[in-house]
Amino acid sequence: MMNPENYLILSALLFAIGAVGVLVRRNALVAFMCVELMLNACNLAFVAGSHITGVLDGQVVAFFVMVVAAAEVVVGLAIIVSIYKTRRSTSVDDANLLKL
Amino acid sequence: MNTALLPLVTGSEVTFWIVAPLAVLGALGLVLSRRAVYAALSMAVSMIALAVLYASLGAPFLAMTQIIVYTGAVMMMFLFVLMMVGIDTPDSAVETLKAQRPLAVLMGVGLAALLFFGIGGAVHYAPATVIEANAEFGGNVEGLANLMFGRYVFVFELAAALLIVAAVGAMLLSHHQRVTPKLGQREQAVERMKAYADAGEHPGTLPNSGVYATTNAIGAPALLPDGSIAEKSVSRTLVLRGAAVDPLPLTRLTSQTFAAIEAVTEDEADE
Repeated sequence: MMNPENYLILSALLFAIGAVGVLVRRNALVAFMCVELMLNACNLAFVAGSHITGVLDGQVVAFFVMVVAAAEVVVGLAIIVSIYKTRRSTSVDDANLLKL
Repeated sequence: MNTALLPLVTGSEVTFWIVAPLAVLGALGLVLSRRAVYAALSMAVSMIALAVLYASLGAPFLAMTQIIVYTGAVMMMFLFVLMMVGIDTPDSAVETLKAQRPLAVLMGVGLAALLFFGIGGAVHYAPATVIEANAEFGGNVEGLANLMFGRYVFVFELAAALLIVAAVGAMLLSHHQRVTPKLGQREQAVERMKAYADAGEHPGTLPNSGVYATTNAIGAPALLPDGSIAEKSVSRTLVLRGAAVDPLPLTRLTSQTFAAIEAVTEDEADE
């Protein structure tokens, strides 16, 4: 049987890549997709945890994370669209009206 | 056959070593590709790879949900919004914060290292696997349903409330109020006739795009009888994007052919 740690390490790797993407990319949509990647990485860790411990609770939590992610995408995309309507740009650098 | 000589490789191990690189490649494509659509597609690759991993970890329900919810709904929504806001806006390479990119990559490596050291050696026993838990109620879906409508029923209700709030919130955010009344068919017709009366603009339909021997793309403008370009035959958006085609090279082939035909008939007339 393969060491279940491999799943956790893959999940950590995906999480780190997603975090770098959020910091590096300027397009709000791509940054948002990187957040989704981080959530997915967490889901993988939850499912792997369920596999390691042998109870299904981890899978239930992963399911709820998916629900929250779906709700978050809906609201986040609506915000991006409404910012685009007023500023004609999806770059996170352009939305700086709150800056001092 | 002596099975002891074969390495102990299970199906899930093979799956992992095929799918994990794909997931990482998809994630890297998401971060590195300059065009947002390519980023979205790499993201979809990564998500499908994760769905396969879920299936190999004894979570078939989550694997299906992953494909339906993430690659089906979420990524499609991302693509819709990408199409709405214009896919041609490339990511600017200008750094607003000095040395942000190298620092971000350094932070990513640090985070990965931290997580690796945290995880490394944390699991030193064989996994319990969910085979028994799945079999307890006759299947993975039944087992999850037992938990979801049993121990986690309150969380389930909260999730329902969250989805309702998110849907209403998104409608509220993307709703916009009209500042001018909507133009109906009658108003548009009146406006068109007024433009005809005032400026002599043609009130009928706009001319088609040009049809040439080699192309009839919508970017190719039509020619007026005197050979000049009909400006209105090409959409303004295409002109602004630079997608309009110059018709002169297109007409050359036709005029050459016509010239050749004329030459032949003249030859025949001579004979």
